[in-house]
Amino acid sequence: MVGLEHYLTVAAVLFVIGIFGIFLNRKNVIVILMSIELMLLAVNINMVAFSAHLGDLVGQVFTLFVLTVAAAEAAIGLAILVSFFRTRGTIDVEDANVMKG
Amino acid sequence: MNVADYAFYLFAFVTLTSALLVTVSRNPVHSVLWLILAFISTAGLFVLLGAEFVAMLLMIVYVGAVAVLFLFVVMMLDIDFAALRGKMTRYLPIGLAFGVVLLLEFSMALFVWVQADGAVAMRQAVAPDPGQVENTRALGLLIYDKYIYLFQAAGLILLVAMIGAILLTLRHRKDIKRQNVLHQMWRDPAKTMEIKDIKPGQGL
Repeated sequence: MVGLEHYLTVAAVLFVIGIFGIFLNRKNVIVILMSIELMLLAVNINMVAFSAHLGDLVGQVFTLFVLTVAAAEAAIGLAILVSFFRTRGTIDVEDANVMKG
Repeated sequence: MNVADYAFYLFAFVTLTSALLVTVSRNPVHSVLWLILAFISTAGLFVLLGAEFVAMLLMIVYVGAVAVLFLFVVMMLDIDFAALRGKMTRYLPIGLAFGVVLLLEFSMALFVWVQADGAVAMRQAVAPDPGQVENTRALGLLIYDKYIYLFQAAGLILLVAMIGAILLTLRHRKDIKRQNVLHQMWRDPAKTMEIKDIKPGQGL
């Protein structure tokens, strides 16, 4: 029987995969943003699993807000990425040193 | 094990495998496609949990908007991805070590929780009973009533994100010719046209 802990395990592994992706693709901002999306997805799985387990819908309400913020974050992040690419011609994070004093 | 359990293991396996392939695949376009698969199978997990509205929202917002935005940016920018991947193996050990440590910490927290005495009663005071109302209707009752200010704040966040994204990427190019509508409308026909009487057999 699949219970709460199964979903929590999936969410935990998904979160760790997201962090692993940030470490692995340290130069590529696009994959870093995708890894952040995976981590937010793991948080959403956690909240929906607890919401279903406890019979409390507020968890799903907060999932909606996490989804909103994730969408806004992706849009802003990609917009910054596009303008960064226009000025520097690369998306390497290590080249982002214009503001270094 | 019944059908729902098999479906859970299928969706969980697909979610985790495609998430891993997002991080390790060589081509970012493939990464985005694996990300879409991860979102879709997570939506399946949500349906199994009885959260249909969030599952549909995941399909529409994440697959329909966010992933397509990623795909658009990956394909629009002319990036040499091979150069970006040069030192990937250098960060592999520390990434793996970090992941294993974090997973161990998570597993220590699993199953170790207690609920406060009044928690169940407090929850039932807020949320409608899931057995009585269907998921979407119950969520609507909560969002538009009890969490209306948070809902409006979410809309404001999206508005600010939209304005910010437009402002960051909009550029007014000066080196191209544009149509100036007012300039065209203000032209006087009497000044722009000139009739010349040309004698036969002569040019201008």
